[in-house]
Amino acid sequence: MQFFATIINGLSTGGMYALVAIGYTMVYGIAKMINFAHGEIIMVGAYITYVVFSLLGMPAFVAIIASIIGCALLGVVTEKVAYKPLRNSGSLAVLITAIGVSYLLQNVFLLIFGSAAITFPSFLPEGQIHLGGLSISYVSALSLCLTLICTVLLLIFINKTRLGKAMRAVSEDKGAAELMGINVNNTISLTFAIGSGLGAIGGIIYGLSYSLINPYLGAMLGIKAFIAAVLGGIGDIKGAMVGGLLIGLAEAFTITFISSTFSDAVVFGILIFILLVKPAGLFGVNVREKV
Amino acid sequence: MKKKEIRQFILSFVLALVIYGAIMFAMNSGIINSYWSGILVVACINVVLATSLNLASGYLGQLTLGHAGFMSVGAYISALSSIYLGTPFIISLLIGAVCAAVVGLIIGIPTLRLKGDYLCIITLAFNEIIRVIMLNIGITNGAKGLMGIPMETNFTVVFISAVITIYVIACIVKSRHGRAIISIREDETASELAGIPTSYYKILAFTISAFFAGIAGGLYAHYITILIPKVFDYNKSVEILVMVVLGGLGNLKGSIIAAIVMTILPEYLRAFSDYRMLLYAVVLIAAMILKEKNLVPHLKAKFLKKKDDVEEATE
Repeated sequence: MQFFATIINGLSTGGMYALVAIGYTMVYGIAKMINFAHGEIIMVGAYITYVVFSLLGMPAFVAIIASIIGCALLGVVTEKVAYKPLRNSGSLAVLITAIGVSYLLQNVFLLIFGSAAITFPSFLPEGQIHLGGLSISYVSALSLCLTLICTVLLLIFINKTRLGKAMRAVSEDKGAAELMGINVNNTISLTFAIGSGLGAIGGIIYGLSYSLINPYLGAMLGIKAFIAAVLGGIGDIKGAMVGGLLIGLAEAFTITFISSTFSDAVVFGILIFILLVKPAGLFGVNVREKV
Repeated sequence: MKKKEIRQFILSFVLALVIYGAIMFAMNSGIINSYWSGILVVACINVVLATSLNLASGYLGQLTLGHAGFMSVGAYISALSSIYLGTPFIISLLIGAVCAAVVGLIIGIPTLRLKGDYLCIITLAFNEIIRVIMLNIGITNGAKGLMGIPMETNFTVVFISAVITIYVIACIVKSRHGRAIISIREDETASELAGIPTSYYKILAFTISAFFAGIAGGLYAHYITILIPKVFDYNKSVEILVMVVLGGLGNLKGSIIAAIVMTILPEYLRAFSDYRMLLYAVVLIAAMILKEKNLVPHLKAKFLKKKDDVEEATE
């Protein structure tokens, strides 16, 4: 029984990681950069929901929409302000800037809300869904469903629509895409918007499952989601989802059967292992370096 | 050594002696009180950290976020050796540094095959793993902190350590090995084609960098006398990185100055201490964008109107 409960726990956290990992993967695919600030965008998403729902007293639905839109805008603005000027420079410069943006967001929220944890509003009904002998909390169910729905929608969007085609083109070859009449800037903005919007959902799920939020929540969540993206093969949306679920499971099993203190170390161990054995990830393709 | 180099060496040596003499005089005569002399000790430790990270990030061009991890290895091992083995200070310092270097080597061999973003994340991961280990094994006393470390570090020791670190790294950078390291930063594929054993040099630079981080950790442990794993987290690594970036990647003088300024300035800005990390963040972003847009030379030319500076900056 404990075994199944652990699996459900793991899949629920994993769903959250997957949503965040998809954002990492999309941005990496198109901008070829790791958006270190992505974790902080999740944190912002959680805080926007808190402000709109608890402080302004709006309905939960409005709060969620506001949080998604707010994060999408934030993602686009960070891209325009911080990353766009560096689009043609080396990876070191972009990486340092991304770390800077991440720190900036974290500290702005630290100044506004303080470092103490805030209680996140719980707008889901209490209690659990019973499926045979198993009981699943509403948060876990929501997290899993949302992850699946978002992944499917995103895959349809990317593979079937014109904008999705533009995205694929830009991620393959920016210059050629531009010559074909694709607006590269808008496509990149759109990618950041979608990725950050998904991050906002991840943030809300985080808030609902842990019910406490603080300005530091994004850092560790972001790193774990990144590991999930690498595990699945960075740049691949299906991979990010599978990676997220696997990381969630690994963490849940470590917490239940080994020790909660080592769960972070195990997740990082997975990253190191995968980077050494198959750096392209589970679904990734090895890209040869051309000179 | 050429004549010019010998002259430069003697000049730097004399300069270091003069600075040391002046500070010691000021300390003994009470111009610098014990509070500020404490800050100077921390500044020197930061100089060691920043210059050693500069070797890996600035000269080798591999962004690592695990410097605090190596520092913690040096700190804990040297402290444990002082407490339990009763080794003299210098020996425990060296034991700590060697262990940090060994950890650097173990981490470096597999990870340095990776580049850029991946390397950054994996070093961050190692940093966290080291921290989790320090937090959970019995001998380090976990989150409560390792106590009872003898207070051995004083200004003389840290100053000498800083000078030695700077000297060694400057020598490496100027040597044949240093040119190989810099060539890897410029173009790894090209330098490999030119016959430079890139893996060897990457690991070499990384290990030396870890060694000095270990020294800094040992100095820190014997100065603060209590070690808490939380000190050596991701934020510490970023702080060291900010020093290196602010001073200029691949610029030793810059690292030294930035490390000293970034230790002393917060003391003056106590009232704004909440905004310190915010400022670091803005500095990181601004430094990168200004540099990439090549605005720094223009600004320099405008304000300083010095031909040399502009030429140096545009290089």
